[in-house]
Amino acid sequence: MLHTSIEIHDLTVSYQNKPVLWGIDCHIPIQQLTALIGPNGAGKSTLLKSMMGLIPIASGFVHFNGKTIDSMRKHISYMPQRESVDWDFPISVKEVVMMGRYSKLGLFKKPREADHLIVQECLRKVEMEKFADRQISRLSGGQQQRVFMARAIAQDTDFYLMDEPFSGVDAATEITLLDVLKQMRDNGKTIIVVHHDVQAVAEHFDNALLLNLRKTAMGSVKEVLTEHNLQQTYGGKLQILSDVGHLLSIEQKKTRLR
Amino acid sequence: MDAFWIILTGSITAIACALAGTFLVLRKMSMLSDAISHAVLPGIVSAFLLTGSRTGFPVLIGAGSVGLLSSFLIEYLHKRGRVQSDASIGVTFTWLFALGIILISTMGGNIDIDPDCVLYGEIAYVPLDLFSIGNILIPQALISMGSVLLLTLIIIFIAFKELTISTFDPEHAQSIGINTTMWHYILMGCVSLITVAAFDAVGAIIVVALFTAPPSAALLLSSRLSHVLILASLFGVIAAIAGYFLAIWMNGSIAGAMALITGIEVLCAIIISRVKFQLHSLAKQKMIEI
Ligand SMILES: Nc1ncnc2c1ncn2[C@@H]1O[C@H](COP(=O)(O)OP(=O)(O)OP(=O)(O)O)[C@@H](O)[C@H]1O
Ligand SMILES: [Mg+2]
Repeated sequence: MLHTSIEIHDLTVSYQNKPVLWGIDCHIPIQQLTALIGPNGAGKSTLLKSMMGLIPIASGFVHFNGKTIDSMRKHISYMPQRESVDWDFPISVKEVVMMGRYSKLGLFKKPREADHLIVQECLRKVEMEKFADRQISRLSGGQQQRVFMARAIAQDTDFYLMDEPFSGVDAATEITLLDVLKQMRDNGKTIIVVHHDVQAVAEHFDNALLLNLRKTAMGSVKEVLTEHNLQQTYGGKLQILSDVGHLLSIEQKKTRLR
Repeated sequence: MDAFWIILTGSITAIACALAGTFLVLRKMSMLSDAISHAVLPGIVSAFLLTGSRTGFPVLIGAGSVGLLSSFLIEYLHKRGRVQSDASIGVTFTWLFALGIILISTMGGNIDIDPDCVLYGEIAYVPLDLFSIGNILIPQALISMGSVLLLTLIIIFIAFKELTISTFDPEHAQSIGINTTMWHYILMGCVSLITVAAFDAVGAIIVVALFTAPPSAALLLSSRLSHVLILASLFGVIAAIAGYFLAIWMNGSIAGAMALITGIEVLCAIIISRVKFQLHSLAKQKMIEI
């Protein structure tokens, strides 16, 4: 069990001495689709970044299949939030997705025919093949998001950490992209996705990690998406959330009765 | 022959500046070139005190490392000292520049460095300081600038992917194991070397124009990085040639005229990109009407 999971042990991360994550302890099972849920500023992006070794960890560790990030880098893709880059950069859609292949190519190496085919295939999966040669500034927000997802898929790794891949994506496209993710999971990929839509998480994901400075709950969506846990995570201020939690518990009772 | 050497030196300087400058502009760091161009002064003065020459490789390396040091200091003040990033630039370069001025003014008697010349350079004197290779005489400034350009070209050719990705998306770059800090300092090292090599020719103020204006103009006109690099270099060369003849015609400073031309290039690029945009929307309207 220990060696085939993502193990987060007593993870504490702080910005300028102000803790943002506090003593996070959990196992994320492999080959499943796990959602990371929490309010704005809960530390979701920080968790993904510290898992990737992009920001220093104050204490604790993260192990992928028992190994540290530095020896596992080649097996993990990270998709940052869309706002983290300058979309006026002079580069085409195709070239951005090709960046996903760079980790497999070395220094000095030019992309091969196979890499171009993979890039094309990934663009097709996110339904962006028509835009391959377009400059990225001439895309809508949702289209930019899909390009980022294509780049992550092009990395073809065992683990995927995605920061809000569905923000700004329309409902129909979200379903398409979720199907892509589910297919990847069925092919043995481990995928962690930051997602704000609790309803969609309940419907499409295997597990959920609820986060707000500390871990408030982690487990299969059926078990952890309860009214109580959501209240704990979001501070109980939002009526709508308790409504969602309530609806979910009714759903679950129904399925249990069936 | 003099005209040839001046235009050639100006063009090579402009190309080196345009290439490194494109990455600076894309990283929103063009003011770092301003900072480095002032910060290298104490390096140049001390190298001059030690070697008795204002050009040549010892000066290039000595003053170049002071430039690199200033980019370390700026980063340190910002990251560790938590000084605002623009303030840390302001503090660092004025401090180092002041150090250079003090060096010049206290050692003034035995130094033939003129603070004006540091700020504005004098490309017209380039053909006066010649270096012989076999039986050909080549300006010293051209040799240092040429070597620095070669180094810049080699780095861009070898590491085009790494530079592009760490400029576009540093987090993704780090996530696949690219050392973005190293590439930052390699770029800063290039900028420092270019600045020092260009210092004799165009001076500390004009070099900033060459770092920022041609890349900005090129970015308005092209949407592919490789084309932007080529276009920016071309704009640089045009500025060197047109600047030379403009200066001769006006009987003024050549470096000043070059900077003037780069400004006009940016203006033209803005107009062209506006017109292109208008034509685009016009064409779209036509399509809809049909
Ligand atoms: N670079 C930074 N320096 C200082 N504090 C930061 C920095 N980045 C984030 N923080 C703080 O850390 C906390 C967690 O931020 P984080 O970006 O991880 O939240 P998040 O859960 O991803 O939120 P969102 O849903 O808005 O994306 C926030 O309170 C934020 O103010
Ligand atoms: Mg976030």
